[in-house]
Amino acid sequence: MVKALPNGSLKRKMLRELSGMMGQLVAIASVVAIGTMVLIISLSTRLSIAQSQQYFYDQYQFADVFMHVTRAPNDMAMRLQELPGVNQVETRIIASARIQIDDFPEPIQGQFQSVPDFSEPMLNRLYYRYGGPPQAGQIPQVVVTEPFAEAHHLQVGDSIQAILNGRLQRLEISGIALSPEHIYQLEPNSILPDYQRFGVFFMQRSALATVFDLEGAFNQVSVSIQYGADPHDVVSQMNALLERFGSHGAYLREEQASHRFLSEELEQLRILSWVLPTIFLSVAAFLLHVLMGRMMLMQRQTIALLKAFGYSNRQILTHYLSFSLCIVGLGLIVGTLLGYWVAEPLARLYAMYFKFPEFMFGIQIQALGVAMAITALAALAGTFSSVRKALIMSPAEAMRPPAPPSFHHHQSILGPMYQKLTPGTRMIVRTLSRHWFRSVIAIFGIGMSGALLILGGHQFNAVDHMLDHQYRGVFRMDLDVQFTEARPHRVIHELTSIPGVFFAEGYRQVPVRLHNRHRYERVSLSGLPEQPHLRHVLNQQMKSETLPGDGILLTRYLAESLQLNAGDSVYVETLVGHQRRLELRVAALVDEPIGIGAYMERVALNRTLFEDDVVDGAWLLIDATDPTVYQTLQRLPYIASIGSLLDAESDIRDYIQDTVLSVMMIMFFLAGTMTFAVVYNNARIMFSERERELASMRVLGFTRWEVLWVLVGELAVLIVIAIPLGWIFGAGFSYAMVSALSMDMFRIPWVLDMRLFAMATFGVLFAALLSIALISRRVLNLDMIQALKTE
Amino acid sequence: MTNTPANRNSQTPVFRAKGVTKTYTMGDVKIHALRGIDLELFAGEFVVLLGASGSGKSTLLNILGGLDTASTGEVQYQNHALVGIPDRELTQFRREHVGFVFQFYNLIPSLTARENVAIVTEIARDPMTPEAALALVGLSERMDHFPAQLSGGEQQRVAIARAIAKRPAVLLCDEPTGALDSKTGIRVLEVLAHINQSLGTTTAVITHNAVIGDMADRVIRLSDGMIADIQHRHEKRKPAELSW
Repeated sequence: MVKALPNGSLKRKMLRELSGMMGQLVAIASVVAIGTMVLIISLSTRLSIAQSQQYFYDQYQFADVFMHVTRAPNDMAMRLQELPGVNQVETRIIASARIQIDDFPEPIQGQFQSVPDFSEPMLNRLYYRYGGPPQAGQIPQVVVTEPFAEAHHLQVGDSIQAILNGRLQRLEISGIALSPEHIYQLEPNSILPDYQRFGVFFMQRSALATVFDLEGAFNQVSVSIQYGADPHDVVSQMNALLERFGSHGAYLREEQASHRFLSEELEQLRILSWVLPTIFLSVAAFLLHVLMGRMMLMQRQTIALLKAFGYSNRQILTHYLSFSLCIVGLGLIVGTLLGYWVAEPLARLYAMYFKFPEFMFGIQIQALGVAMAITALAALAGTFSSVRKALIMSPAEAMRPPAPPSFHHHQSILGPMYQKLTPGTRMIVRTLSRHWFRSVIAIFGIGMSGALLILGGHQFNAVDHMLDHQYRGVFRMDLDVQFTEARPHRVIHELTSIPGVFFAEGYRQVPVRLHNRHRYERVSLSGLPEQPHLRHVLNQQMKSETLPGDGILLTRYLAESLQLNAGDSVYVETLVGHQRRLELRVAALVDEPIGIGAYMERVALNRTLFEDDVVDGAWLLIDATDPTVYQTLQRLPYIASIGSLLDAESDIRDYIQDTVLSVMMIMFFLAGTMTFAVVYNNARIMFSERERELASMRVLGFTRWEVLWVLVGELAVLIVIAIPLGWIFGAGFSYAMVSALSMDMFRIPWVLDMRLFAMATFGVLFAALLSIALISRRVLNLDMIQALKTE
Repeated sequence: MTNTPANRNSQTPVFRAKGVTKTYTMGDVKIHALRGIDLELFAGEFVVLLGASGSGKSTLLNILGGLDTASTGEVQYQNHALVGIPDRELTQFRREHVGFVFQFYNLIPSLTARENVAIVTEIARDPMTPEAALALVGLSERMDHFPAQLSGGEQQRVAIARAIAKRPAVLLCDEPTGALDSKTGIRVLEVLAHINQSLGTTTAVITHNAVIGDMADRVIRLSDGMIADIQHRHEKRKPAELSW
């Protein structure tokens, strides 16, 4: 006979009361909505990219193992095919060439890859956006990758020029395509794509073989592995089989440039997808618990009344739980809808740097469900604990006005100052100390929301700091010139003699694999002058290190991932030329926020490799106003590419802006909204709790402004304490975030700038002012009679 | 202390209280609200409990109505003990047998008059309709008004309608006219008398206004947590004849 669900009148009561407290309802619901949005954005971005990647890999047969050789006869393909664990084998010719495009004066680096003359490749197949495979004809045809075509506005049927093995050749574009090998299209040795200065081109195997004198041979092989086979076994077998053909060492997907960066990005997103929502949702859950709890305490008398009528505890509890579920439900629904609405464009923006044939937006429903359940439970727990407090009281007790709380005199703490306080201010002091626990919780809540502002804002400053460090502290050159092959060091004198070049510094760059026990990393080992001027190697104190005559320097992040310290030995396996395995001492660790690398003194490196004093490229300091520098450099046949550091810096700034910062921008906005919601709610509840008291003061002859001060003053005290607390939490949150986000590609430093704290402070104060403005309307228009009658 | 009149000896008391005490702590103060009350209330009678503030009359009413529990002593309602029973049974008791009227009406502001009554009829076993209850208190015309749109007297009549709609055996009223002017107060008392006579509901009214005692069958005076005096009135006056 006891009905479990709230009946008609209770339902109506709930709906009317909900609509009557719209402001508070919206504020609480937005806390929930924001938590949900953050979760959806974080989860969907990662999942969408991962799904799109997987789909592309599966549909277009992305290979598992890759290997470069100098020249191996085609019949080795059969031998590879026979290796245990190997599924499919695709041999290719891959070569570099310079590309020339009318209207684009700067040099362009092209990577040419062969595709079978008359069939589709078995591995790493192309997805044709426009046109089709290259055909034989008078003018050789090529397929270009979509980002390059877009950067130069190229269309099917257009032609470009390439210097293929020293011969200038006109090429016609037969198709524009995407490749699973180049989802993240990178020039070797760089960490960011430059679609204007680097492109990948696909040509018929026979045409490329003729040009590069590789008829009947190949210089690259890709392999897919049978299900269940050990990839490392396949790698060792391939190494053994092809070693005598000038092998550079077989490597797995994990070391393939595009895949690796994509994996890093996904890893970063995976971390973001739990760190951010965890922080946001736990703050939201905490706030909900507190807010719902306080709101329910105000229903004490109604609860007593319902009990007096004979409503059972279960009915009353159900009523209030559905009440808070309504508010939370509204937040969850709005958050989910808004989250979906924002998440897809944001995920697409994030994925802009990755070239997928199909962008597959997706979201983990399960994770979303769990998070929603947690949020709802937090609200219900807050409601439950407060309603229970009212329920365990006898109705008579609950209906009696609560006993006047015992207050204390504060002369001792405040001394003679206390006597000088106005009655209103004394009320503030006494209320705060009497309800100290409630005050602490309110301070905690406001502090948390301020901390979210710091978390959201931290990245902006830190990224600037990181880029300044790299592009002002580490890189001092204007241009980075790479040679087609290693050249004697005297080439530097030749470069220095070019008019407009002030200074040149040669460097070596050797692809190596570093080993420490079972850990290994493929990196570029750079040979620098003993005292580099254009590319500093900085230690922890930001001082430029001198490169020692022996030993190797490692980026700290790299050393940590290999579990190495200064003084340890590291095995270095060179991946080009005569493959050597050397044991070197780690001389020191280098602090660089971007990329990972290993450094040695150039002469020592060459000596270790039993080579003459050669360089693979040079850094130049030039007269930026002199246009002839570029032209002269381009005419030099041994120069493969010319990179401008200014361009590189703006590229990386754009990249971070488009990806990490665009997400953080939204987070920052959400944090701001949350701050407002929390502060407003606190103020609103304070008002409701105090309404009778304030009305009594008005009745006793206090002015409107004196009464307002009692409320505003209390809020002000809470906020003044909450702000520095928020700084501390915010610093902690952002530390957790940057630690979680450390990657090969870049490591955002933990920089706490004064501006950041100022911004968070401003955010909380702004929210407070806005809340006070909204509340003061109610205080100033307080209906004395009505307020006193509502006992 | 029990002073049962001869003419009521044959009747079974609706309520029987014996040695009831109540002590509670308010803030830092320990209050002895009741110090040993013995009392019986009979079916259909109209009782007025008189006493100054703090005399314990509200506490007594709350204990009889199952809103509060006695610290010591016995309370029986139709031979069922009300002390030491679980909250669930106390709830059931309030739901089925008792109607309350409070000084400050305690209407739910977000519900109309009709809905305020419905909130009780929806959980009662054999209620009258909210419309019938409101008609009994003369508020048929204002059923769809919210509390804020009603005068004090009207609000109190809604509260009475809400209390009697479940056809309770007992109606307990705590200062029902305390917040009203005398004219409105008399109108409310007329409603209470009407209910008492037409439905035979045992009615207990708490007041500090001695005049109201003139319309009662019995007047019980409380002082300092004890019953000071019980008067039997053989000639009841009509509420309209009262004035204060």
